[in-house]
Amino acid sequence: MSTVAPTRDVDGPPAPTGRVTRVLRRPEVGAAVAALAILIFFTAVADQFLTPSGVGTWLNSASRFGIMAVAVAMLMIGGEFDLSAGAMTGATGLLVGVTTTGFGLNVWVAVLLALVVALAIGALNGVLVVRTGLPSFIVTLGTFFVLQGLDLALVKLVYGQVAVQGFAKVPNFDSVRPLFGGVIEVGGASISVSVLWFLAVTAVATLVLLRTRAGNWVFAVGGAQDSARATGVPVARTKIGLFMTTAAAGWLVGMISLFQSSTVQSSTGVGDEFIYIICAVVGGCLLTGGYGSAVGAALGALIYGMTRQGVVYAGWDSNWLYAFLGVMLLAAVLVNNWVRTRAERMR
Amino acid sequence: MRITRSAGVLAVAGVLALSGCSGTGQEDTSSSDSGSVDLDIAVITHGAPGDSFWDVVRSGADRAADDLGITVDYNSDPDPTRQAELIDNAVSQGVDGIVVSMANPDGLRDSVEAAVAAGIPVITINSGQGQSAEFGAITHVGQDETTAGQAVGTRLNDEGQTGKVLCVIHEAGNVGLEDRCSAVAATYGGQVENLQVDGTDTAQVQDTILSKLQSDPDVGVVLALQGQVAVAAVAAQGDAGTSAEIDTFDISSDVTDAITAGDITFAVDQQPYVQGYLPVSFLYLFATNGNVVGGGQPVNSGPAFITQDNAAEVAEFAANGTR
Repeated sequence: MSTVAPTRDVDGPPAPTGRVTRVLRRPEVGAAVAALAILIFFTAVADQFLTPSGVGTWLNSASRFGIMAVAVAMLMIGGEFDLSAGAMTGATGLLVGVTTTGFGLNVWVAVLLALVVALAIGALNGVLVVRTGLPSFIVTLGTFFVLQGLDLALVKLVYGQVAVQGFAKVPNFDSVRPLFGGVIEVGGASISVSVLWFLAVTAVATLVLLRTRAGNWVFAVGGAQDSARATGVPVARTKIGLFMTTAAAGWLVGMISLFQSSTVQSSTGVGDEFIYIICAVVGGCLLTGGYGSAVGAALGALIYGMTRQGVVYAGWDSNWLYAFLGVMLLAAVLVNNWVRTRAERMR
Repeated sequence: MRITRSAGVLAVAGVLALSGCSGTGQEDTSSSDSGSVDLDIAVITHGAPGDSFWDVVRSGADRAADDLGITVDYNSDPDPTRQAELIDNAVSQGVDGIVVSMANPDGLRDSVEAAVAAGIPVITINSGQGQSAEFGAITHVGQDETTAGQAVGTRLNDEGQTGKVLCVIHEAGNVGLEDRCSAVAATYGGQVENLQVDGTDTAQVQDTILSKLQSDPDVGVVLALQGQVAVAAVAAQGDAGTSAEIDTFDISSDVTDAITAGDITFAVDQQPYVQGYLPVSFLYLFATNGNVVGGGQPVNSGPAFITQDNAAEVAEFAANGTR
């Protein structure tokens, strides 16, 4: 976590290079090229891929990963990981599902309660990491397992089963659904509200990272923590804030998942944490911290969503899905890397 | 542009390899059989990748497609939200029929109803019998979990078992598995305890059952709900040196071998091959001849009990991966 952050061209004086080079040096350019390549590729091999309903399907798929990937990318820029991010989506969904269908809690109250609990767990992750100095990889692995266990054991204990049923019949369900699980008809395509959330989260994260003091702090604590502390950056506050942001994103995805499908089960979200990290890395984030972008992570999620659904649209044997996903992701990372080194050399 | 070009070559090679593997079998049959129709059926299950049970279902569906000269696309995802997406995906591809297993019916309701609304005939298989008709499916092919669980409870009573039954659940979140265990508990005379394991990690399953057998001497019967788990239970039993009876739902060639050897007493076969073959042929009949099978009632694919008496004849089919 102590690599020096590559210089960013946003805040400093204008670099003596051309506009094209400056654009090419952004972390997300490689991912943009790769995303375009994959879009063209699947459009060519699958007739239905670029139809309105096709786009709606893979955008929806990408959005749930993308919201988390953007938050996880911010956290990674800040030099930390959160392995509990996947289980968090299941835990918050279960909290709402169980308290409403099992105990008659008002849906609105349950949704807000889940946000509070998520923020508390995020803060706990952050405080543990900052106070103990232990790697966040280990600390959040611990919270991940605790959440996974609670998702199963506690839910089974108080609810009697492992999957929420009958959630759509809960009072006020219809008043909350448009917010998280709604569908908007745009020119023949059904676009999920989650896609709008995805766009909003990406825009806000980009704005914060590139245009605010908090954004500078994030790059600083991830790039060179000690120097950041020496220059007066509130390291602890920044990191705890990042963990809470990731947890809040987990809550948002948990709600989207819950209200889209009107169910959630104990295994929901387990294993997804690595996909978020992969999306962020494909999008140009460094595993060492201090470098990356929100737009890049969003593009990474888009690549993942397009590939996942594209394999189905192309009608290929689904046994090969993961092998193919792996090849695509490696190819995306390689293209990304190639574009970036080219851009660096043009300096 | 060196890297992009080689990546492109790689991708193209991948496409060729993949399209070679998926082998629709459509052209060769349609050329020889003039009466065949061009149908595309999506089979979308909740099976985890590499699950042996769902591999047999898939074999059944693929065989039906070959026999009838039509195309079957198989996809699966244990997560209900993603499984629903696969259904949406099939609808937007405009397939001629959808076969879907509903382990978590609530999560698939909107997508299944959207498929029905789009005029695509849907048949549910394996799980979700209770919601099948309500969602607009033509019929359901499967084994009612409660009926099967009760049959097991009764059979254990008849055998004279009185010890604790350990019901091993291998998929967190599968309502059907929970139903089986509670149906056994409702009919069995003695105590029934559920044990949660991770079915995707067989070694871990074996360790967990071993720990339980070592720590709880009251266990008289280990009831696995899946073939691989039963085989792991036999191994755990060997390590623990206990003498609990091992029974299982679902079979594989390993299970029939163990039944022949006397390590497993009986298996409840819901005949997954049938759950793959029948719905595809039902959709074929519906599309070509307007037939509706089942008359609004579910079509039972099981249960069939397999014991030492009939294990040998089932064994040769199990070895082919079709039972």
